[in-house]
Amino acid sequence: MKKPVLMQGNEACVHGALAAGIGFYAGYPITPSTEIAELLAEEMPKVGGYFIQMEDEISSMAATIGASLAGKKAMTATSGPGFSLKQENLGFAVMAEVPCVVVNVQRSGPSTGLPTSPAQGDVMQARWGSHGDHATIALSPYSVRESFDVTVKAFNLAEKYRTPVIILLDEIVGHMRERIDIPEPGTYEVLERPKTDLSPQEYQPFDAPVDGIVPLAPFGTGYRFHITGLTHDRTGFPSTKPAEVDYKIRRLTSKIEMNTEDIVEWETYNCDDADTIIVAYGGTARSAQATMELAREKGLKVGLFRPVTIWPFPEKALIDIAKDKRVIVAEMNLGQVALEVERILKQDIEKVNKIDGEPITPQEILDQIEGV
Amino acid sequence: MSNGRELLRLNKMPHIWCPGCGNGIITSQVLRAIQELEWDQDKTVIVSGIGCSSRAPGYLDFSTLHTTHGRALAFATGLKYANPELKVIVLTGDGDSAAIGGNHLIHACRRNIDITTIVFNNSIYGMTSGQYSPLTPTGSLATTAPYGNIDRTFDLSQLAVAAGATYVARTTTYHTNQLRDFIKKGMQNKGFSVIEAVTHCPTYFGRRNRMGGAVEMLNWQKDHAVPIRAAERLSEEELADKFIIGEFHNKPEPEYCERYAQLIANTKGQE
Ligand SMILES: Cc1ncc(C[n+]2csc(CCOP(=O)(O)OP(=O)(O)O)c2C)c(N)n1
Repeated sequence: MKKPVLMQGNEACVHGALAAGIGFYAGYPITPSTEIAELLAEEMPKVGGYFIQMEDEISSMAATIGASLAGKKAMTATSGPGFSLKQENLGFAVMAEVPCVVVNVQRSGPSTGLPTSPAQGDVMQARWGSHGDHATIALSPYSVRESFDVTVKAFNLAEKYRTPVIILLDEIVGHMRERIDIPEPGTYEVLERPKTDLSPQEYQPFDAPVDGIVPLAPFGTGYRFHITGLTHDRTGFPSTKPAEVDYKIRRLTSKIEMNTEDIVEWETYNCDDADTIIVAYGGTARSAQATMELAREKGLKVGLFRPVTIWPFPEKALIDIAKDKRVIVAEMNLGQVALEVERILKQDIEKVNKIDGEPITPQEILDQIEGV
Repeated sequence: MSNGRELLRLNKMPHIWCPGCGNGIITSQVLRAIQELEWDQDKTVIVSGIGCSSRAPGYLDFSTLHTTHGRALAFATGLKYANPELKVIVLTGDGDSAAIGGNHLIHACRRNIDITTIVFNNSIYGMTSGQYSPLTPTGSLATTAPYGNIDRTFDLSQLAVAAGATYVARTTTYHTNQLRDFIKKGMQNKGFSVIEAVTHCPTYFGRRNRMGGAVEMLNWQKDHAVPIRAAERLSEEELADKFIIGEFHNKPEPEYCERYAQLIANTKGQE
């Protein structure tokens, strides 16, 4: 371990990206994500990487995809208004199966909202913000250290499943300062982009099984193929044949859903004897942890279920832990993950929601538990 | 020299373009330019947006990237910047580059990144069947301008010059040799180049504006295109229904990827 350093969640995200081997970053400044761009502007040239500030978030997303097609591990970061602009080309990355990482440091919305206040209102946008059927991978760290870990993981998942991966940071974790140990290289897994062993003549960029991918050959390496946002067949060329369209669009979901167990990550705290389970993620999980401790001091059997992957949701784990127990979902929105929890558990749940720009306090969750 | 068939994806033919469309003329000059300059097929990337013209890359045997409407230059910027060894050509329509993609065009010009952009200017939105574009002449008819277009049209080449592109030229599908020549010069320019190729869309622009078929429209181009030198001697009145062709700008400036390479060289390994 290197010696502990004090940093923000946004900075830890940058260190995670560097640890994962980021080769390209494109972005447009927006609070509360700007530190990510600023730090990368400083660090990227030192490691021979490419940093560019584009004219908006639409082009940042596009340039990120372009760089990924050139073979670089690529990332962009933004917040709500910019995340909205990224949706168009995020969908392109989904359709064309181009690996990349998109960070959204969530702030209060809709629209310009409260630029410096925390929120978790973009959970469903991360899932369904871009048009058309597709699956999403989205991760939400709750600490500065986890911001590092989740970023490394996001790059790995992007490369493994040839898909954009979203990091749902929030203003709390993004701007929170904690002392963390940055792990030594070699102590965490870094996945390089899979390489094809087919010759250029044999290579078909989308000739993949329902639950997998074909390695993406970088442009300029002798593999000449076509990438389009039009629905395409296994060769990558546009197709309107119903069977080919059906296969392609179903595969965008199945390649992720059939690997849910490989992707999902969650943590539980004091769930074994608990009769009440709080479900919380990101910055809100910090308050929920404190709530749990306060409740335990009072002799209440309260546990915490904390999904790290919001999409896909750790469905099986949630059922194992929370089915038929009292469940309280706490989040800084009007109940977005709560919808997913209800769908999975098929039971009534309780909600603690806050959308006034202030974090949810431990007492507010405790009040719900105690029926105050 | 071969006729360039080996640079085509012949198994993707027939193409989607209407009979008489000018897109094939521009595309063939792009191919011949690549051939004459002997660009490496494996190192050349052709990027496009959305529109009839933007379908061209699908027929060309290179690494090809058909992106979203208006965004081709933004994708191409990421590609080129991330691997400056790649040779990048962008094929785009007048709506693609001047309306939805106008901002990306301005900033690609400003950065002077080494990309050659060929604008297929058919004065109309072809793919969506004939709505007016920012380059539809004022007064022309379009499906969304049934009483005549009241918008002022804008001069994309002059915009590119003002925004900082280092090679800018305009010609037409009638002047094919000149078109190839300009494309080649754009490709050779180490910086951002814009070649505006005025082309004809008999189906959606010509028919509605009673300009006849492809041959009449090509003749119209011949009669209305005035070379820069000749234009200097004409009065404003004489130029009223004409447009100017030629090289508007050709002046090297520091190229974006090279500047960044210099920045990397200066900072690399610093702690
Ligand atoms: C975001 C978005 N808006 C609108 C469209 C619909 N659309 C497709 S092509 C096009 C216009 C194309 O015109 P132009 O760029 O002039 O190319 P042409 O078809 O004439 O070659 C439009 C509006 C789209 N595909 N995406």
